[in-house]
Amino acid sequence: MVSALRYSDALIAGILRRVRTIAMVGASPNWKRPSNFAMKYLQEKGYRVIPVNPRAAAAGSSILGERARASLAEVPAPVEMVDVFRGSEAALEITREAIRLRAEKGFEVVWMQLGVRSDEAAAEAEAAGLTVIMNRCPKIEYGRIWGELGWGGFDRGVISSRWPRPAKRDEGAG
Amino acid sequence: MTDETPAPEGGAVSDWGFETRMIHAGAGPDPVSGSRQTPIHQTSAYAFHDADHAASLFNLQTFGFIYSRLGNPTVAALEQRIASLEGGCGATCAASGHAAQVLAFFPLIEAGERFAASNKLYGGSVTQFSRTFPKFDWHCDFVDTEDLAAVEAVLDRGAKALFVESLANPGGVVTDLETLAGLTRAAGALLIVDNTLATPWLCRPFEWGADLIVHSATKFLSGNGTVIGGAVVDSGRFDWSESGRFPGLSEPEPAYHGLKFSETFGDLAFTVHSHAVGLRDLGASMAPMNAFLTLLGTETLALRMERHCRNSLAVAEWLTEHPKVEWVSHAGLPTSPYRALAEKYLPNGAGAVFTFGVRGGYEAGVRVVEKCELFSHLANIGDARSLIIHPASTTHRQLTDEQRAAAGAGPEVVRLSIGLETVDDLVRDLDNALAAA
Repeated sequence: MVSALRYSDALIAGILRRVRTIAMVGASPNWKRPSNFAMKYLQEKGYRVIPVNPRAAAAGSSILGERARASLAEVPAPVEMVDVFRGSEAALEITREAIRLRAEKGFEVVWMQLGVRSDEAAAEAEAAGLTVIMNRCPKIEYGRIWGELGWGGFDRGVISSRWPRPAKRDEGAG
Repeated sequence: MTDETPAPEGGAVSDWGFETRMIHAGAGPDPVSGSRQTPIHQTSAYAFHDADHAASLFNLQTFGFIYSRLGNPTVAALEQRIASLEGGCGATCAASGHAAQVLAFFPLIEAGERFAASNKLYGGSVTQFSRTFPKFDWHCDFVDTEDLAAVEAVLDRGAKALFVESLANPGGVVTDLETLAGLTRAAGALLIVDNTLATPWLCRPFEWGADLIVHSATKFLSGNGTVIGGAVVDSGRFDWSESGRFPGLSEPEPAYHGLKFSETFGDLAFTVHSHAVGLRDLGASMAPMNAFLTLLGTETLALRMERHCRNSLAVAEWLTEHPKVEWVSHAGLPTSPYRALAEKYLPNGAGAVFTFGVRGGYEAGVRVVEKCELFSHLANIGDARSLIIHPASTTHRQLTDEQRAAAGAGPEVVRLSIGLETVDDLVRDLDNALAAA
């Protein structure tokens, strides 16, 4: 049994506030796949999301208006976050590539999606100075911290009596 | 992005006390009007931004409201609050406690499958599980949950869940949640706890290993006898993908273009499914007005429960001394066989619903009920008003003699739900009724 992962709201919110551009490894052109609609949601919130998908790149196609790239090496800098939308078995290789390209691309965060976890990859990335989040979805975390998740009946863990500022990120990269 | 980007305000709910959460969880100022009390969103449907937004909502690909059968902002505020008070990840409100029970089993039990339930349950639950659920080809095995070998046996025979009440209705029985959670976990089954009588102020079943909690919001959560409502709360801890026993949550859902709930939503899967499939197709949604009244109720839950418990114990102690009373079943009494379990699971009080036996059997029980002036004779519990009923002739009437006996609703049994009145007045009313019985 592996230990449960716990991340503070401050850590998650800090990442989502700081990051402007996300390289999504495993982004799918299929609108039915979670990677596709997570990408779409993050775009609506003001992030630039660059899909990394070798098959789509070989076909010269775009996903949600962004040209697909064959690998992290082909992603144009600066990109602050690598979002691993692949199975746990692929996480180590992707993370090692992110560590190699860290300075060149400006990577700060390796984020592994819901259901994706590699403690070995996390240890290597953290040793290289990257922040690592595992087994979380940035879309769900965005909704949890800035309010929309509560619409689904979820306890967001946030209490405030202040007039809420708008949830939508209307600043930033594009 | 600039520093204007909204920051999370406040802290994690776990940092806030229970009383703070019962007032604030799920309910900040309205972002449009600043309304400090939660608005009653009395609307059937919600405008889409455009066709693409509508498609994303229907595909469950973004957050938002479509139609109040599936979700409503006032109801969502209550769902967040109940989830917070129970320490769960999410909640789904329903039109009644019974609707919440259907909603709880709906993602779990396929046609022809079985679950188990305690034989000490509210009579309406026994009837629902034994009479109506078989029409869906869902089958319930009732078991004495104090007989652990019997519980293991029924889980070994394939029961996918065990349903119990933390504090059983009609009263005085406390369930050993931690022990039962160990058995269900070992069997790959879920422990579902009806926490209606205890409320999260007295008992939080997730802290003892429960997987799902159901509530009748009609009772102490709303607290004034105004509402019919219910809720299912998910702990978010059961791993549907790993289990493989719950295909509704782990396998592709054809009506949502093959989406797998556990893959897409992780620990949120059960609650998303309960709204997007359960409420969509069963249709037993909570009305926004009922959610609003229940939100008001939860704001004073701890205060009310303290007084309910204090009054209840005082009345129970008085009854034990009364010559016309054979026995009193209240887990807070030193003579109760459930006293030790009550001290473990209900440290803030053993609840306000309990039973006693009147000398003279069925007829005497009926007469006591009819002779009360202050106690209301009606089929409810958890009201600010004190309530009295004779279960054998009412709530448990549809059961067999054996079921009634197992449920603690024999012919001589009278059930009380002690309210918030002056306790001396409650004692005087019962004294007069017993004298006339």
